[in-house]
Amino acid sequence: MDTLLRRSVLWYGGVGLLGGRVLRNLALPPSYFPLVIQEIETMGVRSLGVALTAAVFTGMVFALQMAVNMARFGAENYVGPVAALAILRELGPVLTAILVGGKVASGITAELGSMKVTEQIDALRVLGVNYIKRLIVPRLLAALVVFPLLTVLADVVGVLGGLLIMVMERGADMYAYWNTTTYWVVPRDFLTGIIKSAFFGVVVTLIGCYNGLSTEGGTEGLGRATTATVVHVTMGVIVSDFFLTKLLLIVFW
Amino acid sequence: MAAIIEIVDVEKGFEAIPVLQGVSLALETGETLVVMGGSGSGKTVLLRLIAGLFRPDAGQIRVFGQNIEDLSEEELLPIRRRMGYVFQGAALFDSLSVYENVGYPLREHTRLREDEVRRRVVHFLSLVGLGPEILEQLPAELSGGMRKRVGIARALVGEPEVMLFDEPTAGLDPTNSKMVAELIIRMGEGVCDSSIVVTHDLELAKAVADRVAVLIRGRFAAVGALGEVLESRDKAVQAFLAGEAKS
Repeated sequence: MDTLLRRSVLWYGGVGLLGGRVLRNLALPPSYFPLVIQEIETMGVRSLGVALTAAVFTGMVFALQMAVNMARFGAENYVGPVAALAILRELGPVLTAILVGGKVASGITAELGSMKVTEQIDALRVLGVNYIKRLIVPRLLAALVVFPLLTVLADVVGVLGGLLIMVMERGADMYAYWNTTTYWVVPRDFLTGIIKSAFFGVVVTLIGCYNGLSTEGGTEGLGRATTATVVHVTMGVIVSDFFLTKLLLIVFW
Repeated sequence: MAAIIEIVDVEKGFEAIPVLQGVSLALETGETLVVMGGSGSGKTVLLRLIAGLFRPDAGQIRVFGQNIEDLSEEELLPIRRRMGYVFQGAALFDSLSVYENVGYPLREHTRLREDEVRRRVVHFLSLVGLGPEILEQLPAELSGGMRKRVGIARALVGEPEVMLFDEPTAGLDPTNSKMVAELIIRMGEGVCDSSIVVTHDLELAKAVADRVAVLIRGRFAAVGALGEVLESRDKAVQAFLAGEAKS
């Protein structure tokens, strides 16, 4: 129990300290701007398929479930806003963060962990290269761009998926569905989801980077670190989503 | 002569296991100091402490006249740029070509034009006996000896004031070992004349050392000219030199 507690404290402390070091290094030269662009491509473009497929099917299944169950209360007309609110406020940012985050963060852990066990990070350090600035900061800045953008796209595709299934499966009127949705959904609903996605992007990337940098025990340790990252990212997003939701409801409601 | 590197009563341990216990030494300008010792004696830890990759538990480390034991990672960077460090396994960047590996410090720290970077990369590769035909190869496509020499070229390309070698002949065949020893000797003739070489290879020590320090169980059991160390009456030193000591 003591060991588990100690390991947890060390892990949370380590992620926090890494976050602090990233903040301190943000303003230091050089900017590594081309690396940020490269990371945006690696994280974003290559994750587009996963994020959009998940979003469209989630939107469809959510609308379908709501339609069937809300019809029992005579509230089928409100499926549009309910589905849109769920997607914009929760499902869009959370699913994108878990799916894309798991993929991106485990990739980061594998890459940095491999560099760690083969002493390539130490090689950067002895060459006088600021490895936080070179390896972590570009990924974090890219995540700040990529996660909100993917969430916007996931929101659009998810809402359209719901609309599509309601029109095709339940015979709903497209304009009535759209009008009800846009009447009840306000920009604040969309923006809170985007704020969440930026926060998740930072959390997910920090977890991936920290687990990679703290990899020990050769290739076996690398495997353990990569698996741990997927679990940490999923739990991190779900748990932080609750506290973030509470905070955003206090601030924006 | 002034000391480039000075270590005073340094202690370092990992999870309550002491590795270095009150180690002191100095490297003077123009000197090649060979640190010998068996596996686990703390040789690599000593080198990593000098490069600031580890922090000592106690004691002082002065590099280029500056105490480094309390410096932050960012404050250590300009000091490290004045050093060259050769890793035991070369530690080349595996996704970069030989050209990109050797040119890396130049691209990071200078604004040299690409043709000048290329000229210097080819020059330093030639110093380690490698030709331009390997420029586009990846580290995985090179032999162990070639990788090590590329690692040396990468450390030298920034024209450091002191070189730190971690087991430069480990895993190499006799021909490559001899080539590395000759390279360290040639380095003293103009490229970089001060170095610390960590090794358990007595032949290498005989070839390159101005002074030898023998590390036994975290302490220097003998320090001096090679002849003095070879004639040391310390039993642990004699056992090590006879190939019997484990650490």
